[in-house]
Order: sequence, then C-alpha cells, then structure tokens
Amino acid sequence: MSEVTHHKSFLENSEGKNVVLSWLFSTDHKRIGLIYLYLIGIFFIVAVFFGFLMRLELIAPGKDIMDPQLYNGLFTVHGVIMIFLFIIPGIPAVFGNLMLPIMIGAKDVAFPRLNLLSLWIYIIGAMLALTTLMGADKLPDTGWTFYAPYSIKSNTYVMQAVLAAFILGFSSILTGLNFITTIHWLRAPGMSWFKMPLFSWALYATAWIQLLATPVVGITLLMIAAERYLGIGLFDPSLGGDPILYQHLFWIYSHPAVYIMVLPAMGIVSEILPVFARRRIFGYNAMAVTSLAIAFIGYLVWGHHMFTSGMSGPARIIFSFLTFLVAVPSAIKVFNWVTTLYKGSIDLKPPMLYVLAFIFNFMIGGLTGLVNGALATDVHVHDTYFIVGHFHYVMFGGTGFSFFAAMYYWFPKIYGRMYDIKWANIGFWIIFVGFNILYFPMFIVGMMGMPRRYYDYLPEFHWPNIVSTVGSWILIVGIVIMLVNIIRGSMKGPKVGQNPWRGLTLEWQTQTPPITENFEQIPSVTERPYEYKD
Amino acid sequence: MNTGASNFVEGVDLAFWVTIGISVVFLIGITTVIIVFLFKYNKNRHPKPVDVKDNYTLEIIWTVIPTIIFLLMFYYGFIGYVPMREVPSGALEVKVTGMMWSWFFEYENGKKSNVLIVPKDKPVRLNLYSPDILHSFYVPAFRVKEDVVPKVDNYMWFTATLIGDYDILCAEYCGERHSYMISKVVVKDERNFLEWYTSEEKDIHMELTSVGFQVSQEYGCLGCHSSDGSKMYGPTFKGLYQSKRTVFLENDEKKDVAADEGYLTRAMLEPNAEVVQGYTKGSMPSYKGSMTDEEVEQVIEYIKSLDEK
Repeated sequence: MSEVTHHKSFLENSEGKNVVLSWLFSTDHKRIGLIYLYLIGIFFIVAVFFGFLMRLELIAPGKDIMDPQLYNGLFTVHGVIMIFLFIIPGIPAVFGNLMLPIMIGAKDVAFPRLNLLSLWIYIIGAMLALTTLMGADKLPDTGWTFYAPYSIKSNTYVMQAVLAAFILGFSSILTGLNFITTIHWLRAPGMSWFKMPLFSWALYATAWIQLLATPVVGITLLMIAAERYLGIGLFDPSLGGDPILYQHLFWIYSHPAVYIMVLPAMGIVSEILPVFARRRIFGYNAMAVTSLAIAFIGYLVWGHHMFTSGMSGPARIIFSFLTFLVAVPSAIKVFNWVTTLYKGSIDLKPPMLYVLAFIFNFMIGGLTGLVNGALATDVHVHDTYFIVGHFHYVMFGGTGFSFFAAMYYWFPKIYGRMYDIKWANIGFWIIFVGFNILYFPMFIVGMMGMPRRYYDYLPEFHWPNIVSTVGSWILIVGIVIMLVNIIRGSMKGPKVGQNPWRGLTLEWQTQTPPITENFEQIPSVTERPYEYKD
Repeated sequence: MNTGASNFVEGVDLAFWVTIGISVVFLIGITTVIIVFLFKYNKNRHPKPVDVKDNYTLEIIWTVIPTIIFLLMFYYGFIGYVPMREVPSGALEVKVTGMMWSWFFEYENGKKSNVLIVPKDKPVRLNLYSPDILHSFYVPAFRVKEDVVPKVDNYMWFTATLIGDYDILCAEYCGERHSYMISKVVVKDERNFLEWYTSEEKDIHMELTSVGFQVSQEYGCLGCHSSDGSKMYGPTFKGLYQSKRTVFLENDEKKDVAADEGYLTRAMLEPNAEVVQGYTKGSMPSYKGSMTDEEVEQVIEYIKSLDEK
C-alpha cells in the first residue's frame, strides 16, 4: 500500500476500485459493519411501522382499521423482522464488526472474507424474509415462534419466513465463529484476557451462543419444511408427531438467543459508563465472568417458556429454579454499574443518557421476569400482555436503547463528525417517555388477563390499550427526531478531533475515522482499559 | 378469608405480591441511588473523579443477598404451584374440547354444554382435548391456565369459590379468530348445579337457544360461520336459507343454486362439491360420517330460525 492511502479513512479509501463495488465487496470489517447498520436501520423502521399499525388497531375493541387475518400477519412479520433482522444480528453485526477488531488492536477480523460471506448470507436471508410481505392476505400468520402444528397447516407464506430464519442463522453462526477466533488470536501484544474491554468479553460470550445454539433452530426449521413438503410426521399430531417436541427444540435455541440479544447490550453499557463517569468500571472481573455465566446458564432455562404446555411437573420446577439462578449474574451487573457512578465526575451526554435509561428499563424488564420465572405466578400471566410488556422492556428498553447508546457513542468515531447534542437530548427524553407509556400499561392489562396476540379484546381491557397506543405515537416522534439528527449529523455535522469523549480504549487511540487497517502501527497494551485518572 | 373466585387465587396472588413487592423496593432503591449519584457526582459539582478500588466483600454481599431473595421468590412460586398439579380425589370430571375457534364441555353423565357450568366449593378436573392445533384454557379470575395440545392428555383442576360468571379465554395463539375463542364458567350453588346436571333435557343448557345451535357449536360450525350476517371464514348463516348462491362445481363450472334443504345438506357432507364464489375450496372439512342425519336437520332448522326473528 502506498504512503498516501495510509492516511485516507476507511470511508474514503476505495483502494482504486469503483466506489459502489468497493463497498459491496469490501472485506474491511468497518465497511461491512456500516452496511449492516444501514440495512438493519431500514428493517427496524419497517417493523416499527408495523408495530404502529398494530397499536392503531388495538386502540378500541372491535375492528378499527384492519381484519384479523392482516393483524395476525402484521404481528408475525413485526416479530420476524425485529427478532431475526434487527435484534439478533443488531449489536454484534453492526458495532461488533465496526469496533471489535480496533478495540483489541487488530487490523481486521480473523477471517475477513468469511465476514463478507456473513453479510451476503444476511442480505439473501433478508430478501427472502421480505418476500413474505407480498400480498396482505398471505402474510405468515403463525407468530415469530412458528408453533406447530399451526405452522404446518397455515396456507400463508410461512415457508419463506422459516427458510429466511434458517438462512439468517448461518450469518449469525459465521459471525460468531469469526469473533471467537479474532478474540483468541488477534489481540494486540500485552492485551491479556483480563485487559480486554468488556464489550469484547460480551461479544465473546455471545459468539459462543451463536455458534452452539443457532444450529439447533436451523435443524428445527428444516424439520418444519420436511413436514410441510414431504409430510414427514415430526410435530403434527395428525401425522403422529409431537407439538411439544417442537417447542423444546425451538426454545433450546430461542432462549439462549435472548442472551445473544442482551449480552452485547450489557457490554456496551459497561463500555460507555466509565467514559462518562470518568471512573474505572467497578468489579471488572465480575463483569467479565458474569457474561460467561449468563451465556452458560442461559442454555439451561428454555423450559420456562413452556410452564403451561403440558411438560412434566418436575421439569417445570427444575426450569423455574434455574431461571432464578440466571437472574443472579444480571443483578450483579446492575449493582456494579451503579457503583461505577459513585464518586465519578458524571457527564450526561446522549450516550450516557441512553445507558442510564437502559439500566432503568432493564431493571423493570428483569424484575418482571421474576414474576414469569415463578411457577404459580407464571401460570396466570403466561401468554398474556404481561409477557409482551416484559420482553419489550428487556429487548427494546434494554437492547434497543443500548443500540442507540452505541450509535451516539461511536458515531463521531465512524464519521469523524458530531450530531446535534441538544436535539439528541430532546429525542432521548421523548423516546424514554413514549417507551414507558407504550409498554408499562401492558403489565397491567396482562395482570387483568388479556392474552397476547389478540386482535380484539373484552371491554374491561380498553383503557390500558388506549394509553399504550398514545405512547406509540410519542415514541415514534422521538425515533424520527433521532433519525433526522443522525442522518443530518453524518453528512453535515461539525468535524471532531480524534477522541471527542476522551475514551481510553484502543479505538480512540487511532485516527478518526480510522484508516482501512485501523492502526499505523499495532499498539501494545500495558494497562486495563478503564484507568481514568483525570 | 378467601376472597378470590377459586382456591388458587390466594396462593398465586401471595406469590405475585411478594415478588412485585420486593421488586418495587429494589427498583425504587436503585433508581434513587442512581439519581442521587447523578446529582452529587455531576461533573460541575464534582469535577475530579476519585478512584475507588474494587471491593470483594461488597461484591460477595450483593451476590449472596439477591441469591437468597431469588430463592425465596422461587419458593413462593413453587408452593403456590404444587397444588395445581394435585387433583383431589372425587373431583367432578369434565372433558374440555378446544377447537378452532370455540370451547365445548362434556360431563361424565353425557351432559353437554358450550359454557362450563360447575358447582361452588367442589373440585373440578378438566381433561383437555384438542382435535386440531394448540389452544390454551385460561380463566383469569381463577388464575389457572393450561395448554390444550392435540394427542396430549393435559389436565387442570380448580375449586370455584364464588358464585358468578367468569370469562374463559384462549391464551395460545390459534389463527384468525383466536381472540374470539371465548366462553364462560358459570358457578352455581350445589342445588342449582344438580338441578341442571340431572335434568332430563338432552344436551341443552337452559340459557341457550335451540338444539340446532348446540349442534352447530359442538361441531365448531360457528367458528367460521357467523349468525349475525358478518363475514368470517365461511359464509354467514343469517339470510342463507333460500338465498341465491353462485357456486363452483368440482369441474370449476359456475352454477346458480338456491340454498334449500338439499343444498345445505350437501354443503355439510360434501363441502367441496359446490363452493360458493369468493370462498376457498378445501377450507371446510366434510362432516359425512361424523354428523348424523338428525343433527344435519337440526343445523338446518337453526339456520332457518335465524331469519324468523
């Protein structure tokens, strides 16, 4: 490489190729990460729009704007897009790709071409998923869980959605494999395991789940295909199959997948808090170890999705017990985050606001999870709106907020520009308030007994639904403000220096935006990542 | 004093309030600490951060205490749950059929109903049966729920403790009309219950209309055919009798017919022979062999009766 290209940032350096092709076929982890960011951002907006339509339908009992079949299709594609296209790939594919190699002092991931393959598999899977949107009366209508035997019998576009999830799984597996290898082999000299930034620890724990759990759901989805096309009786009782078996296989993946979604989010919180509290993270070792503990125990709790399914009594009790155990490492993380603020010098910039909101929302999501984990109470709230509230608090209030935090935090690093801080703050408060107005009433209406996936409901469930729908409007206003600010900032924002947040991790110790190979010279590491002393 | 509508309400609600109570204390406590820190250690008031060393004693304390609290929550959930799986002997047994998209109940003495009528203060065991896909039998007021799984012998039980009507909902998503798969539990005192239970009237619950309605309900007709003129999966029953229909024969030929007795009988026994324009062939199963001639007539009488009022 010539002297000149050394100082061109990865955004400009197309290595003498056609600009479009140089992006589509780039093996640079940062370019791949950015393409993921744009695609995932678009899918997120599409799924938010579907959520908006659903909330509109639920504003009053009876039919408001659509028929039940369309409603059932919308909540299915909302779930499929949000889960398989946004939140599972989300943080690892976007911010893992963008930042992991730089944070550990590497030039790229271990297998750059495999990384490009992951991206292309993701694009193919996503296109297949989008084909299910053709024809409003044919939207898959099984819910994102594809429960058998309904998923065998439904004559909508279930197969496309199932195959899309199957293909997307490979993207996830390959990304996991790549990250594990990268972390094992490509750390900069001096960066021992316990000198790694906590975001890398979180991605490492996540990658193992991606690698080991995703194949299970792949096989399960193929079994659905075999049953639909070849009539092999696996799950459909009328062919001699067992529908409970499907639920076991599905949740053996999909529960650990919840940790694929939330562990990287926790890593981001651990990354951002010390920077804006100007303090070392409290309990670094515990933070690293609890990530692994959550990943491990998370494998063993899938049965708590099935407390009313007809599973044996002892199995229900054991799964409930294990579920409470997995709550312990999460609680430790919360205590450590809060203590990190103690005696710091706190600067409430937008990334910090989102991180603090994460902690608040995650506490509500986690604590209501205890209600679901306890057997007696779960029997009542199982499959009600209480669950819908719970997982939106964890997934959106947790992972979603953390995704926004990461975007605001690394934005200047990626673009070399700054967004409008004032509008970012305004957007934050609208999103935070809207989010809580939208999802909190779901706990109440769930305790009253309203089941989930309900197109229509009894009159006594009316008022919380009105509140929720109004909340969805507020939330969307906030999201629009955020998007405009981000897009505007990336094009016209004022230029920033190399290290606007005064971060100590390696990504801030190189040019902003980084050069294609990240560092002029591979750094060597002598200290732990958060030794703030100013 | 038990104020709940079933024997389980007390245990479930105790577990619920213990869990929520502890959670609220934690949530408010931690949030308060965060807000205090944000004010006290704001960069304007506290420009110089102080380095705080890791403190293993503290970390062990806040590992052990939540563990104990979580185990306590597990215990209350467990204690409230165990009785749900232990049916007392001598319980009244009812076979519950959950199908797309209606509920149906059969008693040991052959009595049938589309609402679940139970005596107060007597344990009731429900044997759950599904002929098609997953459903979930849920009575929010009783705090009980169990999935209805085809080919799996799921069961549940409860003792109703207050006289009244309570909603039965389907909690497991089951397709287009999932949210309309509703019925009621009617709790009567023992005398009224026995009066109904031992009455000679075949299959009929007094509060319901005709035998034909009963039969339509039993075979799930009303899951797809409305009785009020609204369009569901299939054509509505209202105004159907003697109406002019355009149908497609099996060779896809179009034909105009009048919906007389003969047509309606064929529609039940050979639904694919004449498919009404605008509806999908194959969506209705044949009832040949499962419905008796008498039952077919009763359904036709019911369809006719809708236009008389």
